[in-house]
Amino acid sequence: MRDTINIDGRNIPFEDGQTIIEAATAAGVYIPHLCHKPGYSPHGSCKLCTVNVNGRNCSACTFPAASGQTVLNNRRDLTEDRQRLTQMLFVEGNHFCPSCEKSGNCQLQAVAYALHMLDNHFPHFYPQREIDASHPEILLERNRCIFCNLCVRASQEKDGKNVFAISGRGINKHLIVNSASGYLKDSDIEIDDQAVHVCPTGAILIKRTGYQIPIGQRIYDHQTISEAALQQECADGE
Amino acid sequence: MANKIRIATTSLAGCFGCHMSFLDLDERLLSLAGQVEFDRSPLTDIEHCGACDIGLIEGGVCNSENVHTLREFRKNCNILVAVGACAINGGLPAMRNHLSLEDCLLEAYRDGIGVENAQIPGDPELPLLLDKVRPIHEIVKIDYFLPGCPPSADVFWTFLTALLEGRDPVLPYELIHYD
Amino acid sequence: MKEFIRAAAQQAGHQPVRLLQILRTVQSHYRHIPAEAIDLLAGQLQMPRTQIIADIEFYSFFHLTPQGQYDILFSDSITDRMLDKQNLIDRLSGRLKVSIGQVREDGLVSLNNTSCTGLCEQGPAALVNGYPLTRLDTARLDEIADLIERQQPLSTWPEHLFAVEDNIKKPGLLLNDPIPAGAGLERLYVKGLQVSLDEIDRSGLRGRGGAGFKTAMKWRLCAEEPGEQRFVVCNADEGEPGTFKDRVLLNRYADQVFEGMTICAAIIGAEQGFLYLRVEYLFLHDKLQHILQQRRDAGLLGGNILGRGLRFDIEIRLGAGAYICGEESALIESLEGKPGIPRNRPPYPVTHGYLNQPTVVNNVETFLAAAAIMVNGDAWFCATGSEKSAGSKIISISGDCQAPGIYEYPFGTPIRQILLDCRADEVLGVQVGGPSGVFISAQELDRKLAFEDLATGGSFIIFNTSRNLFQIVQNFMHFFAHESCGFCTPCRVGTSLLKNQLDKIVDGHGSAGDVAELEALCRLVKNYSHCGLGQTAANPILSTLERYPDLYHNQLKTISYEPGFDLDAALDVARRMAHRDDSAAHLTQVEE
Repeated sequence: MRDTINIDGRNIPFEDGQTIIEAATAAGVYIPHLCHKPGYSPHGSCKLCTVNVNGRNCSACTFPAASGQTVLNNRRDLTEDRQRLTQMLFVEGNHFCPSCEKSGNCQLQAVAYALHMLDNHFPHFYPQREIDASHPEILLERNRCIFCNLCVRASQEKDGKNVFAISGRGINKHLIVNSASGYLKDSDIEIDDQAVHVCPTGAILIKRTGYQIPIGQRIYDHQTISEAALQQECADGE
Repeated sequence: MANKIRIATTSLAGCFGCHMSFLDLDERLLSLAGQVEFDRSPLTDIEHCGACDIGLIEGGVCNSENVHTLREFRKNCNILVAVGACAINGGLPAMRNHLSLEDCLLEAYRDGIGVENAQIPGDPELPLLLDKVRPIHEIVKIDYFLPGCPPSADVFWTFLTALLEGRDPVLPYELIHYD
Repeated sequence: MKEFIRAAAQQAGHQPVRLLQILRTVQSHYRHIPAEAIDLLAGQLQMPRTQIIADIEFYSFFHLTPQGQYDILFSDSITDRMLDKQNLIDRLSGRLKVSIGQVREDGLVSLNNTSCTGLCEQGPAALVNGYPLTRLDTARLDEIADLIERQQPLSTWPEHLFAVEDNIKKPGLLLNDPIPAGAGLERLYVKGLQVSLDEIDRSGLRGRGGAGFKTAMKWRLCAEEPGEQRFVVCNADEGEPGTFKDRVLLNRYADQVFEGMTICAAIIGAEQGFLYLRVEYLFLHDKLQHILQQRRDAGLLGGNILGRGLRFDIEIRLGAGAYICGEESALIESLEGKPGIPRNRPPYPVTHGYLNQPTVVNNVETFLAAAAIMVNGDAWFCATGSEKSAGSKIISISGDCQAPGIYEYPFGTPIRQILLDCRADEVLGVQVGGPSGVFISAQELDRKLAFEDLATGGSFIIFNTSRNLFQIVQNFMHFFAHESCGFCTPCRVGTSLLKNQLDKIVDGHGSAGDVAELEALCRLVKNYSHCGLGQTAANPILSTLERYPDLYHNQLKTISYEPGFDLDAALDVARRMAHRDDSAAHLTQVEE
């Protein structure tokens, strides 16, 4: 018999070296997440995947699965807290969905929908962040960056480059670009780089492709992020 | 008539799109009309809000007049509802928040293309702009939020029928949209 | 510049792990890190420039824009504030005509705040170009302002301005009886490594940084872990506001600390050790280097220690201004030349530490104690202390008492006794363990200093009844928001939200639900944060809210809601530009 962990009363097999979220995804159990992506090194910063493991809160995307773990995931208190964390992400940036090309395909938005988030709850920071429209093909809209680090990891791990980094400290964190001018146009980014396509929000967009699919017909207009993620990530995991 | 639920509506820093969407209730408006009556609203000519059961606020708060209107609604409505993206997070008007108000005013009234007789309007009749556009929950206490740009007619219907039937309104997944 | 950068990189052996040291050299020479230097370094070190910029923007002591020729940083700890720091900085700001947070137009001087500089018992304190100025008062500030205006080089400033005293008021088990250099190592070889480790185990020694992990267990786990190399790291990033005992230990007992590190190295099989020294203690750097050299000369460090073939050396790496680097995995990241962002755990540093190799990270005081145990034996050590907390604790006492300074107590000592010794009157309460610790009230003075009751890394701040509790809590919350590394959502956003929400209540803009909201936010930040900083950042609020709920609730208005920002001030710009000041051009904060 294979080793199992128990998530919300269900025994789920895992393999050595798997994190809790990997075991869960393979078994068709969705744990909300934004900074996690199968095939990328775990990061553990968004904290949306926080689950309770034997009484302790852990990030499912970094915590190794181990025999005897009793994991609480789909619980009302966790869902409420995850909603608050998502609201934090909304108020620290400038997320105006109606004017964003990513709307409907945005994972931040879709997670918020799934968590039944109706408002932003907290006072808004309305930070001043720079937009980098210098590149002929790629738009960098820092107002929508949630510091998930996926573009940083994609550039390093998938593209063999170092186009992005997260700089600064605390609430002043910001995404920076590796070029002498600091602008994307002077970096070695290319349109086919994974880093261009990995952003879960509308912070990195490809120019002149906007609204080819109308609002209302996009990914999360049809299915929840849990359905979409499990389909996609189970496929990625294989 | 005495038992009808009284509703007031207004648009602050909004585009009246939420109100238009409300009108998309179409024939359902007729059934609603049997149970509700409107106080201050673009649908009536009532200037000031009286005692109401429900207040629907579209738009964020961009100027001093918005603050006064919002307070009037809060004072008179038992239940105050933030309707649409702008009321909830400032929405598109809040996209001016990354510019200084000074720059906005200078561009609009002094430096912009085609400006004649350049001057910043100073008539005391005019409301003054706040330095930042704010969502309404940062000014007064809000009881419910209806997201969407605009919230669809189904959102209004689901929400209002629940309230009218004395249930706590719950929006199903497919009615939660921010766009 | 090319030549300077090349020399700096060469001096650091072109090692990216020494990036912080290189940046410090550049910063002190150019008073900032120029863009050109970043490009040159990226080339010299073969690393992306973004990594260099990320460091500069992470650490408080690095700057992308030039600071003043005289760069003055006032320590902004609560203890400094209690000593009138705010008036003093305002006075200096006025005298030198430079605003706080600014560089004067002529570039001569810059003035700003910094987190606790570890000089709390001789504050108010400041740093000038990294070197401490103590016991500041108006006379000293006027003297300093004068020296600056006359552009006197720092080296010619009167020595009394820089005097840092040890202030050891009550030595105990360890401080009374330092070991002779080499004595611990001699005993180690007499007893043998295994027996020595068993002895440390039996002594019950637990980590002195505050968390209290068993030292012998940490060393054993590290020793047993397969690895190409192993490392010993001494955590001298004493950043918890109100803590300054490591400053004194390194000034007075460094030999014994290094001996403790060397003993650890022998036991776990490490050849390289690091002293991670907070940059606020830059003034100790040369002295410590000198002691290391003495130990090398005496055969106590180097390639053949005591002629027994043991190879071990210690390198001092300076931090650059980041409280988070006191967290051991953040410290390791910083040692590797990166921003101090805590790692995901597991794996823990004992298995994957510096350069992903097995690493022991211990507090200064832990190494000091380990060396003493080697010489005096486990029975000697655990004869002192309580059942669960063997030995003594060295604490830094500051705040409202007549004799602030360093005190060493057997674990189990009641707080009341400590307050008597340092002559504290009319005590409102004590912050034990710094902002991340707990505030205890005058009703709790029979509680004891011990891991099982009140654990502390060394900070012990006393407040008398004249103090305003909210000012204390506000200072702490601003500190955490400033020091959050920003890696995880709950801490990055939550500490700033907490700060703002607390300010709102304290400033009298709180309404019915605002304390409940504050408490909910505290719980969120505590339960979901990535590391100890976030998990403890809400403690100042939680521990005072628990003890003084009325104080918080009395701040609240009975209205349903009040904005958290100044509504009328939000009209300032529009009023000015429209040339209006009529009654319609103003807003009240709440409806009248």
